[in-house]
Amino acid sequence: MTMTRRDALALAMGGVAATMLPLPALADASADAIAKFTGGASMGEGGLTLTAPEIAENGNTVPISVDAPGAAEIAVFATGNPTPAVATFKFGPLAGSQMASTRIRLQQTQDVIAVAKMPDGTFVQAKSTVKVTIGGCGG
Amino acid sequence: MKNVRPRVKVPKSASAGDVITIKTLISHPMESGTRKDKEGNVIPREIINRFTCEFNGESVIDVTLEPAISTNPYIEFEAKVPEAGEFKFTWYDDDGSVYEDTQKITVG
Repeated sequence: MTMTRRDALALAMGGVAATMLPLPALADASADAIAKFTGGASMGEGGLTLTAPEIAENGNTVPISVDAPGAAEIAVFATGNPTPAVATFKFGPLAGSQMASTRIRLQQTQDVIAVAKMPDGTFVQAKSTVKVTIGGCGG
Repeated sequence: MKNVRPRVKVPKSASAGDVITIKTLISHPMESGTRKDKEGNVIPREIINRFTCEFNGESVIDVTLEPAISTNPYIEFEAKVPEAGEFKFTWYDDDGSVYEDTQKITVG
């Protein structure tokens, strides 16, 4: 079989598509993780504050804080980590507010997403982009 | 050998109905399971996977932790204090260990 110009082009395009695959795959992993939490429900905005630094020099400890007055649960996802799930906070009847702070690991510059489950069963999300200078997942 | 030590900061006293801030920290490596040692073998995951706080038996917060939580997990949150009593903090380790701490608070 002789290689025509068209074949060569098709091959080249295939190669490009293959190298671009990992990125959408990562985004899918976090979308899956979020869908697992929300059960696929659509998400609104507002009522949830995600506080994260704009630039994190050390990805090993990035301080974040979530606040969603009235929420039943808040889940945090790091879209650029090998495993997107970070933490889920369930607030009990004696929670003073629906606020929590912790420190998380980020492998690379990425979006951190918080999703809050409201008592009426709706979901809201907030997103924050964090630039990471040194990644925090080892490897 | 892990040297796990929970530390909790709770005010000694509050007024009834007050909202107080609680800070907790537990020294723990939180091995993520993605790191490799010098020979290139994956270091097995070993993390605190759950943290709970209760006041007089009623839930304040219940947190699910994933490997993306930093070494020495730090959690800060707020709690309502309806009466005098005791906060109970519990951390659950992957290896089955449970670490506990309690703090009394007076109302007055």
